[in-house]
Amino acid sequence: MSSTDRLPRLLALVPYLMSHPGAQVPEVAKVFGLTEKQLIDDLQLVWMCGLPGHTPGDLIDVSWDGGEILIDNADTIARPLRLAVDEASALLVALRMLLEFPQFAEVGDHDALARVIAKLERAAGEGAAAVSSLVAVEMDAAPDALAAVNEGLRAGRRLSLSYYVPGRDEVTPREVDPMRLVVADGRSYLEGWCYRADAVRLFRLDRMLEVRILPEAADPPAEAEPLDVARGVFRPSATDELVELEVTPAGRWVAEYYPCEEVTELGDGRLRVTLRARDQGWLVRLALRLGDTGRVVAPASLADAVKERACAALARYENGADVG
Amino acid sequence: MSRRKTERLLNLVICLLATRRPLSAEQIRHAVPGYDREGDEAFQRMFERDKNELREIGIPIEVHKDPWEEDPGYRIVRQAYELPEITLEPDEAAVLGLAAQVWQRASLAEAAGGALLKLRAGGVETDESAVGSLELRVDTRDPAFPALWEAVRDRRAVRFDYRTAGSGTAATRTLEPWGVVSRRGRWYVVGHDRGRGEHRVFRLSRITGPVTPIGRPGEVKVPPGIDLREMVGWRDDLALPERVALLRVRPGTCQGLRQLAQAVRPGGGADGWDEVDVSFSDPERLAGWIASLGDDVEVSGPPDARDAVIRRLKGALA
Repeated sequence: MSSTDRLPRLLALVPYLMSHPGAQVPEVAKVFGLTEKQLIDDLQLVWMCGLPGHTPGDLIDVSWDGGEILIDNADTIARPLRLAVDEASALLVALRMLLEFPQFAEVGDHDALARVIAKLERAAGEGAAAVSSLVAVEMDAAPDALAAVNEGLRAGRRLSLSYYVPGRDEVTPREVDPMRLVVADGRSYLEGWCYRADAVRLFRLDRMLEVRILPEAADPPAEAEPLDVARGVFRPSATDELVELEVTPAGRWVAEYYPCEEVTELGDGRLRVTLRARDQGWLVRLALRLGDTGRVVAPASLADAVKERACAALARYENGADVG
Repeated sequence: MSRRKTERLLNLVICLLATRRPLSAEQIRHAVPGYDREGDEAFQRMFERDKNELREIGIPIEVHKDPWEEDPGYRIVRQAYELPEITLEPDEAAVLGLAAQVWQRASLAEAAGGALLKLRAGGVETDESAVGSLELRVDTRDPAFPALWEAVRDRRAVRFDYRTAGSGTAATRTLEPWGVVSRRGRWYVVGHDRGRGEHRVFRLSRITGPVTPIGRPGEVKVPPGIDLREMVGWRDDLALPERVALLRVRPGTCQGLRQLAQAVRPGGGADGWDEVDVSFSDPERLAGWIASLGDDVEVSGPPDARDAVIRRLKGALA
C-alpha cells in the first residue's frame, strides 16, 4: 500500500479498533495488509491527532501494551467513511455475477445473495447501484454436468468422466477426485486429481459428455495442491514446442484467442505470432482452419505436416468422392 | 504523502466532522495544527489542495455561503460521511467474501478490498473462507479496461484508436460509453459511436493505444431499458438463415463434430464412412471448422459450403 493510501487506511483503522477492542497487533496488521512495524507507526500517528485544541484531553488515546490495542477518545471518526462508487460497484458487479451462478440457486444461497445485494445497495447509495448495473459479467449457460459435479464435491465421491479433449479431438475416460469448482472468465471448471495424468487438472464442465458418481470416496493424494488460477487457466508449459505463425488481418484472432509468447506487428495489420503447444495435431488443425489467412513459418516439419494434410483432404474432393 | 501532511489531513477531517456550524478558512487555520505556521498565501494554496485531496477519497465537504458572511464556511455532515449501519448474517458474509475475491487485477481488486476493509471497520464480519470448494475469477487484463470503467462510472465520452476484426489499420473512434460486458472471457464496451451516429460494440483487446476521456463527466446519457448483453451477443451471422450441411466422416474420428451434430448415420456413406448432419449459418465459419479436420471429413453439400472448404484447404496449401 503506497503512502497516498495512508489517510483512507487510518480512517478505516480507527473504526476497526473501536469495533474490535483489545485486538492483537499481528491480527490487525494482517487485516490491513501491513507489517507490525507499519501498524505501530500508524498508531503513533493517530495518537498525535484529535479535536481542535489538541490538549491531551482532545487527542485520540491509543495503547498497544503487550500487543493488545485499545483506543479511546476517537468518537468523531468512530464510523468508517461510506463506500466509494468504485468500491461498492466492484462488490455489486461480482455479487450480481454470482446471482447468475446456478451453484447458489441449488444450495439455497440465492436468498443470501439477494439480501447482501439489497443491503449493499442501501449502504452505497444510488450512484453505485446505477454504475454497477452498467458492468456485466456473463456466465456460460449452466452446463449439464454441473449437477453431478456439485454432488460429487458435496458428497466427496470420485467421479468418472467421459471428457472431450479438443487438442487431440478425442473423447477420453477419466477418473477424478473432485477438489474445487473454479469459475474463471465465465467458464466453469472442475479442479481435481486426475488418475490418468496422476496430477491435479482442470476439466471444463461443458466438455464433459458424461459424469458418473462412483461409490469410492474421493481421496486425492497429499501432494494434490490447488492450482494457482490467478494468472490464468491456460498456461502452456515451457517445454512445449515453440511455433511461429504469420497471419493476415483476417487471422489476427489467433493472437486474441490463444496465449502467445510473442506478437509482432508486421505492418498492414499482419502479425507474427509465437506460441507454445503441446500437441502438433492441434497446430495442424489451427493452420488448416486459417487457410490463406495464416501460414506456419517454423518449424518446417509443422509446415510440411499442414501441407500434407491439406493435400490429402483436397484429394477427396478431386477424386470424385462426392458420388455418395 | 508525508507524515506531517497525513497528520494535518486527519486533524482536518476530525475538525470538520466535530463542528456543528460551518467553519471559515480562518477558523480552520487556527484549529488545525500544520496550518498555523504558514503565511496567508501559502495557507490558501495548502487548504485548497487539502480539500481536493479529501474529496478525491470520497469525503463530502459541504460549503456554506451565507449572504451575511463574507467568507464561505466548511464542514463535513456526519450522515453524508459515515457508512450507514449494516449487519450481515453468516450466509451473507460468506457470499460477500466470495464476491470480494472475484477480481483479478489492480483497479477492481483494490476497490473490492477497500470496500471490505471499510465494512469490517464498521463492525461487519466478513468471511473469506466459507465457500472453499468454489473459486471465481474474472480477469480485466485489457489495458483499456481501467479507463473505460472510469468513463462508464463518470458518464464521460472517450476517444480511442480501434482496429476492427480482420482489418489492417486502426481508426479513431469517439464513443459515449453505456457499459462494459464480459462475455466468454473477453471484455466489450457498448455505447453510442459519435462518428457512426449509432450504437456500436467494441472489443477491448482491439483497442490500440490509450483511451482518452473527452468532454465533461455526467454528459453521457445511458438510454433507459437497453440490454447491454444482448447487444454484445449479437452477431452478423445470426441474421443469416440456418441451414444443414451434409458431411461424410471417417469412422472413429471427429469426436467434437459428432457431439455437435444434429444426426449421425453410421456407415451411411457408400464407402463405409458415417454421414453427419450439422447446422450452420455462415459457410465461412463452417469451412474453418471443417478444414481443420483435414481428410477425416468431407462436405457433400450444400455447394457453397463445399466450395468454401475447398478454398480454405487450397489457401493452407499456398
